[in-house]
Amino acid sequence: MLWNSLMLAMRAIRVNALRSVLTMLGIIVGVAAVITMVNLGRGATEQVSAQIASLGSNLLTLRAGQRFMHGQSSAAPAFSLDDVAAILRDMNTVAAAAPIASQQAVAVFGNANWSTNVTGTDNEFFVVRNWAMANGRQFTDSELHTGKAACIIGATVRKELFGNSDPIGDTLRLKKVSCEVIGVLAVKGQTAMGSDQDDIILLPLRTYWRRIAGNQDVAQIHLSAHDGIATSKVKKDLEILMRERRHIGQFEDDNFTIRDMQEIADTLTGTTRALTSLLGTVAAISLVVGGIGIMNIMLVSVTERTREIGIRLAVGAMERDVMLQFLVEAVALSSLGGIFGIVLSFFASYFISGLMDMPFIYNPGIVVVAFLFSASVGVIFGYVPARRAARLDPIVALRHE
Amino acid sequence: MTSPVLVELEGVTKSYGKGQAAVQAMRGVDLRINSGDFVAMMGPSGSGKSTCMNIIGCLDQPSTGVYRFMGTDVGGISRNQRALIRRQFIGFVFQGFNLLPRTTALENVELPLIYRGMPRAERQRQAREALAAVGLLDREGHSPAELSGGQQQRVAIARALATQPALLLADEPTGNLDTPRSHDIMGLLTELNRERGITIVMVTHEAEMAAYAHHIVNFRDGRIAGERQNGESR
Repeated sequence: MLWNSLMLAMRAIRVNALRSVLTMLGIIVGVAAVITMVNLGRGATEQVSAQIASLGSNLLTLRAGQRFMHGQSSAAPAFSLDDVAAILRDMNTVAAAAPIASQQAVAVFGNANWSTNVTGTDNEFFVVRNWAMANGRQFTDSELHTGKAACIIGATVRKELFGNSDPIGDTLRLKKVSCEVIGVLAVKGQTAMGSDQDDIILLPLRTYWRRIAGNQDVAQIHLSAHDGIATSKVKKDLEILMRERRHIGQFEDDNFTIRDMQEIADTLTGTTRALTSLLGTVAAISLVVGGIGIMNIMLVSVTERTREIGIRLAVGAMERDVMLQFLVEAVALSSLGGIFGIVLSFFASYFISGLMDMPFIYNPGIVVVAFLFSASVGVIFGYVPARRAARLDPIVALRHE
Repeated sequence: MTSPVLVELEGVTKSYGKGQAAVQAMRGVDLRINSGDFVAMMGPSGSGKSTCMNIIGCLDQPSTGVYRFMGTDVGGISRNQRALIRRQFIGFVFQGFNLLPRTTALENVELPLIYRGMPRAERQRQAREALAAVGLLDREGHSPAELSGGQQQRVAIARALATQPALLLADEPTGNLDTPRSHDIMGLLTELNRERGITIVMVTHEAEMAAYAHHIVNFRDGRIAGERQNGESR
């Protein structure tokens, strides 16, 4: 009986091919949208995790002042090299700590100039940020101590200023300082926030203080925890240490901010997830709208085929036979729509993730869920038309023109 | 034959609608039809003959009175039970043929067998047998649109025949056909009645067609105005 109903449904769908496809459109779009959203959401999450990993998942940043919304921060004294030394001396959970001071400045080489992030730091930076050299070398101890004008440039700066030529040994100008390029950093890509990590020029901290900033502030300290040590634990220890060093009273708030990458990762993944579920909800609504489309067409179909229903009832079809026939037809419509939607979502996920430079992820679980959902849309929205068909009076139905 | 009486109506009335708007289609009908009989029900339109036939065919229920089919009171049974009786014992032939469009002759004849849950192979064998009985075996793959009116009515008769029913109900089976074709169909019905012993109840208002029946029942204003036996059929 079920098989016969399925054959009948397929025939009815084929006879009205165009109408059937238009009816399915809502389901096709809905299913494709839901699956694509989930896939893209997974891709975005994956991308964020990869970017966090590129920063170093055991990285903590310590900066002066409290951060508020909108990027404002309260005024607070900067750190010093003594703070860095104290951290390395007092905290055995910290593997490395790099002082960081930076500002935006224009770098010039030949005819090319490029505004970039100029950062003063030391060799601990490479450890903390887990950042290798593409070529050239790190700073020497004497360069660091004497504040020599030597710089290491990021891949973006190298591309903008030097094009394809080898920059090692060349001299670029930063503000009024001429400095020799001694190394090029390996490519890191964008941060999870979307800023280009490779757009950077590193100087020895002393050089930066003396020639660029004109003060001796350490704006940030970046630390990395030992492997296997929870960053949250390091964060707590660091807070106690810094409150003590900065003489913060028991009832005063911190005048510094510590962030660990895990926290940033959680925030970003949370945002991505929220966005995904929002878009997914919109897509799910289109599935419901698609279901209403199916109900509409099934009602039309029942009216059109009233005579056929009358004939079936007259030759001995029971209510449930007619009911089954129309339910199966509605489910076949919505399931076919679901299948087309799944195929469409595959291409959509592939192309959009390519367009957005995200990893292509196709989640088979959501496909199963989407298919079952589309089939149940058929059951739910096919029920009313099917019941209407089954309850027809055979005499009235046979007389229907 | 367990009981010679196949259909028995006692004081059957049927009214549609309620209150002022109520229409009294049958005002008390008593009728007995024996197994193997060939009955023609005649009368002007609105005389109750079609309503009577719908009740006999278990498409409808009497408002009052008793209807016994094969000795069982089927007056108060449910919709689904009536469907089962139609499925098991009754075949229908309509004035408008009522074949499923875009469906081959064979599939149309198979239809009632599908609802009996008969397996495909046996279903097709039985449907072909019925098509052969009406002389249309060579047209089994044609859709109704590709068949003439007479042929369509033959397919409809084959469909009614396929289940080997005890009772065949024909509602103006020749109403849409020209005279030669009408006589063909009547000849076929007569043959089925005589050779297969199928009881036939036919509604018609053409005396020429009613002359094929053994037993003629005249309806007027919801009542039976007269019954007579035909001396002999042509």
